[in-house]
Amino acid sequence: MSVKSQTAVIRFGLGLRLGESVPADPIAWLQGQLAQAGAPPDGPTVEQALRARTEQQAMRQAEAAAQAAATPPSAPAAPPPPGPQPGPLTDMTRAENLAWATRRLTAEQPFRERLVDFWMNHFTVSRRNGAAAAIVGCLERDAIRPHVTGRFADMLVAVTTHPAMLIYLDNAASVGPNSPIGLRQRRGLNENLAREVLELHSLSPAGGYTQGDVQELARILTGLSVAGQQEPFGFVWRPQTHEPGEKSLLGRRFGEGQEQISAALRFLGSHPATYRHLAVKLARHFVADQPPPEAVRAVQQALQASEGDLGAACRALIALPQAWDPPLGKLRTPQDHVLAACRAVGLPPERADMVIGGLAALGQPLWNAPQPNGWGDVAAEWSGPEALMRRVDWMYTLAGRIGRVEPAAAVEAGLGPFAKAETVAAMRGAGSVRDAVTLMLASPEFMHR
Amino acid sequence: MSSLPLPDAPHASFAPSRRGLLLGQAASLVVGGTRAAFAQLPGERRLVVILLRGALDGLHAVPPYGDPGLAELRGRLALPEPGQEGGALDLGGRFGLHPALANLHALYRANEALVLHAVAGPYRSRSHFEAQDLLEGGAADRLTSGWLNRAIQALPNPPEARVGLAVGTGVPLLLRGSAPVGAYAPPGLQQPAAELIYRLAELQKADPQLAGPFAEGMRARGFAAQTLGAPTNEPDRGSFPRLAAAAGRLMSERSGPRVAVLEIGGWDTHAGQAGRIIGPLRALDDGLGQLKTALGDHWARTAVLVVTEFGRTARMNGNQGTDHGTGGVAFLLGGAVAGGRVQADWPGLSGEGLLENRDLRPTRDLRSLAKGLLRDHLRLPERAVAEAFPGSAAVAPLPGLLRA
Repeated sequence: MSVKSQTAVIRFGLGLRLGESVPADPIAWLQGQLAQAGAPPDGPTVEQALRARTEQQAMRQAEAAAQAAATPPSAPAAPPPPGPQPGPLTDMTRAENLAWATRRLTAEQPFRERLVDFWMNHFTVSRRNGAAAAIVGCLERDAIRPHVTGRFADMLVAVTTHPAMLIYLDNAASVGPNSPIGLRQRRGLNENLAREVLELHSLSPAGGYTQGDVQELARILTGLSVAGQQEPFGFVWRPQTHEPGEKSLLGRRFGEGQEQISAALRFLGSHPATYRHLAVKLARHFVADQPPPEAVRAVQQALQASEGDLGAACRALIALPQAWDPPLGKLRTPQDHVLAACRAVGLPPERADMVIGGLAALGQPLWNAPQPNGWGDVAAEWSGPEALMRRVDWMYTLAGRIGRVEPAAAVEAGLGPFAKAETVAAMRGAGSVRDAVTLMLASPEFMHR
Repeated sequence: MSSLPLPDAPHASFAPSRRGLLLGQAASLVVGGTRAAFAQLPGERRLVVILLRGALDGLHAVPPYGDPGLAELRGRLALPEPGQEGGALDLGGRFGLHPALANLHALYRANEALVLHAVAGPYRSRSHFEAQDLLEGGAADRLTSGWLNRAIQALPNPPEARVGLAVGTGVPLLLRGSAPVGAYAPPGLQQPAAELIYRLAELQKADPQLAGPFAEGMRARGFAAQTLGAPTNEPDRGSFPRLAAAAGRLMSERSGPRVAVLEIGGWDTHAGQAGRIIGPLRALDDGLGQLKTALGDHWARTAVLVVTEFGRTARMNGNQGTDHGTGGVAFLLGGAVAGGRVQADWPGLSGEGLLENRDLRPTRDLRSLAKGLLRDHLRLPERAVAEAFPGSAAVAPLPGLLRA
């Protein structure tokens, strides 16, 4: 088992699954995943999910009304039972979680899955927002997955116009102040989406935009909205709220209408400052917390030369010597750690709920980043003292819940040539299989990729 | 200001307690005499910083109802004046307090809460993430350590003493740096026997990145588990009031931490602000009450600084919310605080009062407040205060924050 093959599996993939072999040709293994996407996952559509959410809300309201009618006015209201309330949306969310975890536990294209999760974090829509929570999985299927090896500008357009993002960053309620509805109802702009598109999704503050550009982009984006609780349960274009007239974004003029929105987003998505920003983030994820300048430059040049082809950016990453040596340079996030651990011990897909619980227990619950900038991608975010203690607890809990696992096979899958002699010796001296597996899963080398 | 007189060696008659053993070197905080004598030391002072992530709207939490410009700017966001139904709680004639902040109002009336209005950091970024980093870093450029950690390094305590505590699993930038810091979160998982932890600690020793925090996590566990009791499964266990109570209990321990940082989000109210801000305000207010109760007698020696990264637009936006602005509000409370007043060089809400015709114009630098606390509450020498806030020579520490 070569060091390079194991590096391909843990740095670019999700870690080896118990019983699988490392690829004989790691470069060809990665390039093959970039060249051809496997079958996309099934899942509810935006319409189905928003409909389910509305139905579930109606169920709750009916129950509350029935309860109010059955109790005398003086009696104190009964508290709602703990835990998620039953209903079609709760069922859908649970199925969505399990499908997410199962796909990653058994991934045939783990590099592609990592890229999907990387871009989902770049374009964070958090479940902490009630209405957007129902359709975060739709964002992955509709707007992220089709573009992970395509053009970034296409992904930016698809994400920015997706109902999940329009709800999460408030554009659905933004109104052009000079639009018919704006003038009649005295409503106005909401800058939230425009600001985060510029700051987080495309140029970044290094791109040098102004507060005026934020407002102009907010004007451009008016009209993109969502019908969340009535037909058609999804994206709607509201021309009556679209700000009329010409807008000037970074010195470039854009007219009215949906096509001009796409044009403005494509302009931002293919801006040199955007390529620079994406190159830094990709190099940070695949090379090092402080990526070497030449690594950033190589990815940036690949994006520039290919007009934003993310597949070309990935091929440039694979070609970087720094992406392979030194190995184990990145601390695994809780999500990475949990997935790699469950794969190394061969957790069966029917226990995918363990993965979802693990993400929550270690402070990185699925699609739940606290703020629109997503989860941190550097060690300092995840190496707090208590955070490390919780990793140990969770690995010990996992090791106690799986069936019989041969520690030698688990360490071969999980670490291969990276297993340190001290770790192997400690595992041999452990008093139980559970302790031995815990020592491997919570060892410093397994915490890295 | 005098610096802290602390003996530099443990007293010869010092006998380690069980807690002392669990704490490791932190037990050496108890030096030079009896507990009563120790309580007389300036080292009994406690500092809590509460970070409101997402930008609290200062004009909503502390409405300047005496300003004639407020009603026009705020429309439906304006609270009724004090005395009216659902109205603001009065702060002495010009300013009010949101009615969800009842505990804070009681502290104000007891002269234990100081409200600072029209304040901001020195930066003018309207980006949450950049502004939070600059607020916590304490400089004009992004730093990798926080001002509070640099201040802790300058505290005249033994270097291994765990004087800082971040409540929650992560360590915020404010407390990151070379001074050792503990973090606590209520565990809900199975825990391996101590022996397995020691074996793992041996393995971690070889890792320069993980060895330090792993060892610190072990120390914090031994300490925290005893103080806080067994983990529970209450659904609200991660909530802010519970964390505030846990922090207060830890800090009231004899050898417990002296400095804590707590974080609470939910302030980014771009839409429907009047309703959405009530939950976070209540959680904050309840947490302040829990913290005071848990600290008990130590409240008299405690200062709690409540800050946010920036204020919000003075005008209501198109969705009954507010967007990212500049000037806002900060609170300083505690038994050690000279409170009962609103301190503001009020810029006014009309004409030139508004920055860029949109934001409350800041008239006081937040660093003057933090520097005043470090100097007069933690009794740091001037040089240490300057190191906590590099490049802030022109910003003098704000005097008179603490009771004489």
